[in-house]
Amino acid sequence: MTPDQLSQIEADETASRQRIRHRLNVCLAAGCLSLNSDAIKKSLEAIVAERPLTESCQVKAVGCMGLCSRGPLVSVEPSGTLYQGVKSADSPEIIEHLSAGPVERLEISRQVPFFQRQVNVVLENSGRIDPERIEEYVAAEGYQALVQALTEMTPAEVIDQVSRSGLRGRGGAGYPTGLKWGTVAKAAGAPKYVICNADEGDPGAFMDRSVLESDPQRVLEGMIIAGYAVGASRGYIYVRAEYPLAITRLSTAIRQAKHLGLLGTQICNTEFDFDIDLRLGAGAFVCGEETALIASIEGRRGAPRPRPPYPAQSGLFSSPTLINNVETLANVPTIIRKGGDWYAGLGTAKSKGTKVFALTGKINCTGLIEVPMGMTLREIIFDVGGGVPEGHKFKAVQTGGPSGGCIPEQLLDMPVDYDSLAQAGSIMGSGGMIVMDDSSCMVDVAKYFMEFCMSESCGKCIPCRAGTAQMYDLLANISEGKASLGDLNMLEDLCDMVKHTSLCGLGQSAPNPVVSTLCHFRDEYLSHIEDQRCPAGVCPCSPPEVLS
Amino acid sequence: MSPVTAAEVKTLRIDGTDVSARGDQTLLEAAREGGLHIPTLCHLDGLSDVGACRLCLVEVKGSAKLLPACVTRVEEGMEVSTRSDRLLKYRRMILELLFAERNHVCSVCVANGHCDLQGLAEAHGLTHVHFPYRYPKLSVDASHDRFVVDHNRCILCTRCVRVCDEIEGAHTWDVMGRGIESIVITDLHQPWGESDTCTSCGKCVQVCPTGALFEKGRARFTQKKRDFLPYLTAMREGNSG
Repeated sequence: MTPDQLSQIEADETASRQRIRHRLNVCLAAGCLSLNSDAIKKSLEAIVAERPLTESCQVKAVGCMGLCSRGPLVSVEPSGTLYQGVKSADSPEIIEHLSAGPVERLEISRQVPFFQRQVNVVLENSGRIDPERIEEYVAAEGYQALVQALTEMTPAEVIDQVSRSGLRGRGGAGYPTGLKWGTVAKAAGAPKYVICNADEGDPGAFMDRSVLESDPQRVLEGMIIAGYAVGASRGYIYVRAEYPLAITRLSTAIRQAKHLGLLGTQICNTEFDFDIDLRLGAGAFVCGEETALIASIEGRRGAPRPRPPYPAQSGLFSSPTLINNVETLANVPTIIRKGGDWYAGLGTAKSKGTKVFALTGKINCTGLIEVPMGMTLREIIFDVGGGVPEGHKFKAVQTGGPSGGCIPEQLLDMPVDYDSLAQAGSIMGSGGMIVMDDSSCMVDVAKYFMEFCMSESCGKCIPCRAGTAQMYDLLANISEGKASLGDLNMLEDLCDMVKHTSLCGLGQSAPNPVVSTLCHFRDEYLSHIEDQRCPAGVCPCSPPEVLS
Repeated sequence: MSPVTAAEVKTLRIDGTDVSARGDQTLLEAAREGGLHIPTLCHLDGLSDVGACRLCLVEVKGSAKLLPACVTRVEEGMEVSTRSDRLLKYRRMILELLFAERNHVCSVCVANGHCDLQGLAEAHGLTHVHFPYRYPKLSVDASHDRFVVDHNRCILCTRCVRVCDEIEGAHTWDVMGRGIESIVITDLHQPWGESDTCTSCGKCVQVCPTGALFEKGRARFTQKKRDFLPYLTAMREGNSG
C-alpha cells in the first residue's frame, strides 16, 4: 500500500458515492440490531431492488448513531433526515418519501441538544460509514494519519504529538498516554507489544463495544500508529467474548486491512511491520486489569500480579508492552491528522479532548454521547440526556461502574474531568453513567455493585476475596433491616481496609460505591438500620404499600 | 529501570533501625536479615512471590500506597515502617477475614500447635473474630493413598500450587473458580488419588501453612519441613545458568 493507492481508493469510493442520489443508513450496531434492524434493512433492500431505483438509492449498514433508546434508527443522506422507532412495515413509506420530504410521524429532529451539544472525535464516523467496508473508512480520511506518521514523522515526533494533545487513558485511570508511549519506546528489550484493552465489563457501559462495532478500522489505525511509535511489530486486541458482533467486525476489519497491506510487512513501503491478533476473554471482569489481561493472553489464569514491574518494562511474555484502552487508541488517528495542539484545544486544563459516555438508567435519551471534557454533569444529564422521565426526581448519577461512586444532585454543576470526579469520591472510569431517580434505593445500588465485585474478584488476595464477601453480607443485612449501627461501623472499617490493602484496582476500588453512598446518602442507610424502612421501597425490609 | 546488580549495597531504615541490603533483595529479606519480623503467609523462601496475602504490607515514606515487602526491592535511603497502628489493624483484620472465611477449628486440626495461621493469630493477640463466620460447605478429598486435602482449612496461599509447579515440575495443583468460590484442585478437578500428574512427592504437604494438606496416619507429627526449598531453588538456578 502506497499513499497514492490510498488516495485512489478514496477517489473511487467518493465517485461511486456521487452516482447514488439517496442513501438509507440503517443502524446495525447491537442496540438497534436487538430491535431487528437487520429485518428493516432487508425490507428496504427488497423494495429498492423491486423498483427502478437501483442506480439512485442505496441501503447501507452503519454503526451506532447514539440515540439508542429511540431505535431502530434509519438516516437518509444527503438530506440528513433521521427516523426513529422504524419498523419493517414503514419501509415503503420511507422510500416513497425520499424525494418528497421526510415522513413526519417517524422523523426526529437533529436540532436538539442531544445532537447539537456533542463534539465527535472518536465517534466521527459512527453511524455514517459501513463498519464492514474499509473503503468507506479510507474515504472518511481513514489511514491518512498512518501514512503521515510512517512517511513524514519519526516515532519520537509521533509520541510528541500524542503528548502535546494531553490525551489521558480512557480506560478510567487517566494516565497520560504520551508519557506511557514514551516509557515503552525507551524501555530496553525486544520484541515489544501493543495491546488494545477491549475487555469492557462495567455494568451499563458500552462505549468500547459501540466503537468496535461502528468504526473498527479507527482502532486498528490507532494501534498501528502506536506500534510504530513504540517500536512494536505485534499487537493484540483483547476483547470479551460477550461482544460477538464486535469480534466479527474486528475480524473483518483486520482481514481487510491485511488485504490492503495496511497490516503485515513493509507497511506503506517502509521498513515497518505490524500485525494484529484477536484474543477473546472468557468473561472475567478482572481481566480488564492490565496484568491479569496479560496473564490471560499468555494462556494463564487471569489474575493480577503486583506492580512494579509495570507492563511498560515487563509485560506480555516479559517484554515491554504498551497497553491502551479502545477509546484511547481511537483518538490517536485524529490527533495525528489534526495535530496534538488541535486536540489540546478541546476540554479543560488538565483533561483534554472529548469523552464518550454511555447514558443509561432513568434518563430520557439512553444512548451513546461524546462531549468535550469539562461539560457539567447537569448539562450532560439534563440537556444532552433530556433529564429523568416525567413524574420522577433526579437522585444520583453513578459514574465509573463498580469502581466509581454515586454523585448527588448538589454536585451536578461540577465539570466532568478526571480530577473533579475523583474529588467527588467517584472516578471518570471508562464512561458509564447510570442515572438514578427517587425510585432507586442507594443501599440497594451499593449492594448490587458489591455483589458484582464479590463475584468478579479473582480470589487471589485475601482483602478482596473475603472482604468483598463480608461487605456484601453486611449490605444484604442492612437492606433486609437486620443490621445494627455496629454493622455499619464494621462496613466502614472493611471499606477502608479493602481499599488500602487489596492487590489490584478491582479490590482497591470495590468499596467506592459504598463509601460514596455512605457519604452522600447516609440517612438512607440509617433509615434501613434504625427504622427497618427503605425510603424508596426497593429493599425487602419494607414491602411496597398496597394501594387500597 | 536499570537491572539491579547484587553487588550494589543499599542502606535503608526499617522501623528506625538502619539496615543494609544487597541491591537485588526485597524489603522482606532485608528486614528478616536485620532481625525484624514481618508476618507472611503466601511467601516461602525458595518459591516465587505472588504478593497475595497482603500481611507483609508496609508503609514506605513518599509512597501513598502500602507496599508488599515480599516483592518490593530495597532502595537507597528508604524509610520503612512495618508496625504502625494502621498496619497492625489491617493485619488483624486480614487474619480475622481468613478465620471467618472457612471452617478453621484449631482444637480438632492436625496442624494444631504448628500452624502458620494459628501462630500469626497468637502473635497478633487475636482472641476472637469480629466478622460473622461464613461456614461454607466444603469437601475433604482423601482419595490419595498417602495424603489428604481438607478445603475447610485452606487459605488459598497457593504455596502448594507453586511448589508443585516450580520445584517438583508436575503442576498437579492449580486454582479453580473465582473470588470467594475459589478452591485449589488437582489436575482438572479430579480426585487427588486419580491424578495422572501427581508424583506423590509430598512437597505440597510440607509447604502448606495450615492443616489443609496433611499426611495420613501422621496427624501428631505434622511438623513441616521446608528448609529444602531454598536449596533446591539454588540447585535449579545453578543448573539453568
